[in-house]
Amino acid sequence: MSKPSDTVPGDLEAPDFNEGASPADLEPATDDRHTVHDLWLSGTEAPRQLGSFTHEGAQEMLHEESDQILSSQRGTIVEDDFEGAAGSGDDELQIINMGPQHPATHGVLRLHIELDGETIRRVKPIIGYLHTGMEKTAEALTFMQGSTNVTRMDYLSPLHNELCFSLAVEKLLEVEVPPRAQAIRVLMSELNRIASHLLWSATSGFDIGALSMMIYGLRERESVLEFFEKTTGLRMNHNFIRPGGVAADLPPGWQGDVMGIIETVTAGVADFETLLLGNPIFIERTEGIGILTREECLAYGVTGPLARASGIDYDVRKVFPYSGFEQYEFEVPTASNGDVYDRFVVRFEEMRQSMRILEQVVETIPAGDYRTENRKVTPPPRARIDESMEALIHHFKIFTEGFRVPAGETYQAVESSRGELGMYLVSDGGPKPWRLHVRGPSFAHVQALPMMLTDSLIADTVAALASADPVMGDVDR
Amino acid sequence: MADALAGAYTPPGFVTAVLGKAVNWARTRSMWPASFGLACCAIEMMATGGAHNDMSRFGMEVFRASPRQADLMIVAGRVSQKMAPVLRQVYDQMAEPKWVVSMGACASTGGMFNNYALVQGVDQVVPVDIYVPGCPPGPQSLMHGIMTLHERIKSGEIVR
Amino acid sequence: MTAAPANLAATVEAFSHVEFDRVLGDSVARVPREDVVGFLESVRAAGYEMFIDLCAVDYLVRDPRFDVVINVVALADSSRLRVIVGVPGPDSTMPTITSVYPGADFYEREAFDLLGVSFEGHPDLTRILLPDEWEGHPLRKEIAIGSVPVQFKEANKAQ
Repeated sequence: MSKPSDTVPGDLEAPDFNEGASPADLEPATDDRHTVHDLWLSGTEAPRQLGSFTHEGAQEMLHEESDQILSSQRGTIVEDDFEGAAGSGDDELQIINMGPQHPATHGVLRLHIELDGETIRRVKPIIGYLHTGMEKTAEALTFMQGSTNVTRMDYLSPLHNELCFSLAVEKLLEVEVPPRAQAIRVLMSELNRIASHLLWSATSGFDIGALSMMIYGLRERESVLEFFEKTTGLRMNHNFIRPGGVAADLPPGWQGDVMGIIETVTAGVADFETLLLGNPIFIERTEGIGILTREECLAYGVTGPLARASGIDYDVRKVFPYSGFEQYEFEVPTASNGDVYDRFVVRFEEMRQSMRILEQVVETIPAGDYRTENRKVTPPPRARIDESMEALIHHFKIFTEGFRVPAGETYQAVESSRGELGMYLVSDGGPKPWRLHVRGPSFAHVQALPMMLTDSLIADTVAALASADPVMGDVDR
Repeated sequence: MADALAGAYTPPGFVTAVLGKAVNWARTRSMWPASFGLACCAIEMMATGGAHNDMSRFGMEVFRASPRQADLMIVAGRVSQKMAPVLRQVYDQMAEPKWVVSMGACASTGGMFNNYALVQGVDQVVPVDIYVPGCPPGPQSLMHGIMTLHERIKSGEIVR
Repeated sequence: MTAAPANLAATVEAFSHVEFDRVLGDSVARVPREDVVGFLESVRAAGYEMFIDLCAVDYLVRDPRFDVVINVVALADSSRLRVIVGVPGPDSTMPTITSVYPGADFYEREAFDLLGVSFEGHPDLTRILLPDEWEGHPLRKEIAIGSVPVQFKEANKAQ
């Protein structure tokens, strides 16, 4: 496989995966450490041809591992509750591969699972199948363009990514965002949380077997996406929240739209709860499954609804408030068991609390600017460009060179639908970031999968994974 | 060039022409997609399957998990270097006739991510029939792309 | 040392050579790499139980070349702490912190994968985001972004 040249941009060869791929050329991919499982194939295809393409070498789960790796794959590093395979010899253990193309892995997640019959003994997540080099791309884009890149990381909550990036840049710039812009940001952020939880309930319900949840969840979500399209121009990946404020003011009639959304979604959530939470099949599939204890959450950095379902009362909006969240009244739901059922309960209640915030924003939003007046950071209104030379120059400088951010480093976190989304931004005084590191909540959650899954049945994998709500764009960036 | 074509094409008779048309019609009427949703475009693909923009009217809402049972692979999202062999393997496992729709800017050309990590266009790995632009393309754009594919199959322009 | 947070009094006493700072409202501590495991154990005992993030930054022309940045949170006091460890370029390794915060496992693998910073004592220091046979560490500053020239259809005609 060809690799990009190290120093000269532009002479990247397109990899040709068919090069030398005839069966006779390929060597069987076994050595001492790995066993490639033979796929049963019809007589027309050579064995081992397909298996070796997707071999991931040392990143896969091996039969012989050190004790430390074993304890992390068994999820016993924090609490040792592992019960050894009673009566099954080593040759009865089987490593199966789940993903990366799989209907229920919520994206391109690959799991190696060691099974003893139906019981899971070890789990190793293999990630990187959606690695997009976004952190490197961020160093090539100006701060103004940064939102377009960052928004595609956690693609189910794009506005949260944009908000975190904008807040980090504004922290380094030391500019004040006007209160109306902050209120608009809160509005969009909470709407995004609702949309993300609706999609999560749709896909999770579908994975667990409530097939109609997919249709219901997506239906309610369409009303939110319609509002997004009206306000930002796009259904997803909006590039709306930018450093300095937001890209445009809310459209006329938005209050009616938001109240309509609240009505629709309230009815929808009540429906989902009736459909799911009292259903004995659902309860059997979700109670006591995929438990994460409080210590495990703290050690692995599990935040968001997963941590709150395990009893940790940590919500970045309450503990480290940003963008004016301290002025709104809302509660942070927590539960105590830390299983899949509790995560459903917590997320449904979070949707209700988000709608409570939306009502308050509709009532109390101040009039004013939707972005800061500092013309070095935000572009001037288009009409001014015809009248004022200064405005023309500002516009030109912002869109060609980009505005300069003073040198420094900062860490800014927001409460995304998945947990604490953080960005560590380093600027060298130029128009582009020196380093942007994104702390995606799903990265920590995927790492915590062994603790959720070991010693449970293989059929619980899907339920636990769905409840963790990983978005691979966040994990791999 | 005429010699090369001479042996390859024989004008169909009446029965085979009608049969050919019927087969093409049938192929478009329940084209089952293989679920190959990778990133943001996958969400729009799911929205296309939802109730608002119903893909089920065209017989396509059944996303088959197993590529053996699928006709259409909608590559929805960015294909990283690590994922490309997997993409090729899934494509190889699909049974003929099969088609590929490259959905979104990242799948078509690498999109806004012209860097080390992505394959710059999924057509480096699999042959593509239809490119749907957008970032992400809305459900209507994806439907239009799929409809175009159906038209081309029905007219015989794309055979398999 | 008045810049140190109040709950870290014991840590400040034990590690008196460590500089604490307030940067744009955040508490930051610069720790030499030999002391980082002991420092973090002390910090964790002082209440900073939740591990949040570990990342590496390449400053290229500075000595030490790399910064490894660790973020932790104390839930009881609602405070954050940022610990920065300088790692030199030629000998780019530092001790692993997985013994203190097990959640640093994947994060250290990512820093190794993308920037080439090794962590001594890490149980499984393999690549995590890039394919196993990839060569090089793309996020290092001397490596270009790897873009492909975009060919426009009319490019040949224009000439």
